[in-house]
Amino acid sequence: MSDNIKAATQEYATRLGDDAVVLGHRISEWVSRGPFLEEDIAYANVALDYIGRARMFYGYAAELANDGRTEDDFAYMRDDRQYQNLLLMEMPRGDFAYSQVRQLFIDIYYNLLLPELVNSKDDTLAAIAAKAIKETRYHLRRSRDWVLRLGDGTEESHHRAQAAVDSLWGYTHELFDMDETEKLLADNGIGVDTTQLREAWLKHVSAILSEATLSVPEDGWAVRGGRIGYHTENLGHVLTEMQFVHRSYPGCQW
Amino acid sequence: MSTEQQLSRQEQQFMDKIKAEEKIEPKDWMPEKYRKNLIRQISQHAHSEVIGMQPEGNFLTRAPSLRRKAILLSKIQDEAGHGLYLYSAAETLGITREELIEALQSGQAKYASIFNYPALTWADMGAIGWLVDGAAIVNQVSLQRTSYGPYSRGMIRICKEESFHQRQGYDIMLSLVNGSPEQKAMAQDALNRFYWPALMMFGPHDSESAHSAKSMEWKIKRETNDDLRQKFIDQTASQIEFLGLEHPDKDLKWNEERGHYDSGEIDWEEFQNVINGNGHCNRQRLEHHIKAHEEGAWVREALAAYNAKKQANKSEAA
Repeated sequence: MSDNIKAATQEYATRLGDDAVVLGHRISEWVSRGPFLEEDIAYANVALDYIGRARMFYGYAAELANDGRTEDDFAYMRDDRQYQNLLLMEMPRGDFAYSQVRQLFIDIYYNLLLPELVNSKDDTLAAIAAKAIKETRYHLRRSRDWVLRLGDGTEESHHRAQAAVDSLWGYTHELFDMDETEKLLADNGIGVDTTQLREAWLKHVSAILSEATLSVPEDGWAVRGGRIGYHTENLGHVLTEMQFVHRSYPGCQW
Repeated sequence: MSTEQQLSRQEQQFMDKIKAEEKIEPKDWMPEKYRKNLIRQISQHAHSEVIGMQPEGNFLTRAPSLRRKAILLSKIQDEAGHGLYLYSAAETLGITREELIEALQSGQAKYASIFNYPALTWADMGAIGWLVDGAAIVNQVSLQRTSYGPYSRGMIRICKEESFHQRQGYDIMLSLVNGSPEQKAMAQDALNRFYWPALMMFGPHDSESAHSAKSMEWKIKRETNDDLRQKFIDQTASQIEFLGLEHPDKDLKWNEERGHYDSGEIDWEEFQNVINGNGHCNRQRLEHHIKAHEEGAWVREALAAYNAKKQANKSEAA
């Protein structure tokens, strides 16, 4: 692996790890707060999948960095401006509709991205994708079912689901942006060209929203910046909470 | 045959089964008090699993390593699952989950008072897994032989997972005592705060226990509170020693003759005080549960409305 490819791969794995750990954190906030017990179980399960994914991506980033850092150094010892997760991941948990609509957007995204990443020339990324894809199929079944139920349930649930779609839509555009790092990896058959995924994503999302009697917002509003560490104010609070114990006792093993 | 004769014959058959160690199944005749007693015990157990998610959930977002976070998530997921089996077991006795939840939220049904103690540091995740789940296992192992079939089978499944929970708790403690002086102090502090409340989990002394005698006769309970507590005291003593922590019970002493540890007296006043609502978290735990339940009302309504629409469409098509 050439040095620039190696550095880009490390950054890519870190970004995917950031996405997973931040979303896993948000989902875990639901545990003991679901609308009924089965949903608490589902939330814990999905959060666990994402924390597992974060460990695999960070573990690989640490291996490539080869400077003594561990998966925990990536999760716990980096600040707001160093985190490169997509903004959608860090948005607050909101109400049940907000969390399920966010999950639908992300699940459809990963259901397009992971089948590409499985073909990566990088064996480790391909292996992580192969494991994650099974989980993500199950996640999508759940988020799709819930968006249908909420959209086509009661007047209140419809209203809440539509409000969630409208307020999250602006954060979905950057899912399909590519910077130099990601272009380099895509050109070399290692990363996924996400610009190629938007059309399929939009089609799939629109079909589900339409079945759920929800409308697809107009494009035009788009917030970007996650991949360059330019975050919303939400992330700082996530990291404050997540990193507090770890950072309070420097250098300890847990 | 008079109704009275018939009833006593049924009761006789029921007691014969109990004596023969046969399981009572949902469709079998059972005395009304047996049924009520079981609902009380099983639902209290279910509620404990559910309320127990809160103190641990409180540290999910702060777990100090990704590995620990993943293990904690997995444990809490198991607990919600246990709550679910147990609610289902209670439902076989002719009560609905809604009724059970309502009884919890109105304060009519209880959950384990241990969860009224606050989880303050990461070491509390260790102490809760090791001591609280540990005490629960001692009780649950004995309940695998309980006379009611669905409860017994639920316990057999639950015990397998609980032993993993206890090990993960002990493993957290091991990491802490082998870590920095601050970590070791954190472990000692958690042990000091959770040891006595864990002993209280077995309930009052047998002589003071309101439900014990009948539950033993019906084999709902298989061992007395004091016997179970003694088992726990005995097994925990060597575990504390292995961790190199100071034992919170200054009166603990091996009794060669009995083959057990003698221990200091539990502060029953504190026990009653916390049960009666004066723990740090009594109100918080119930308010949290009620809030989540109320915030979820529109979701449950949406689900019901959606299902009704689908059902209507189906009948129309048919």
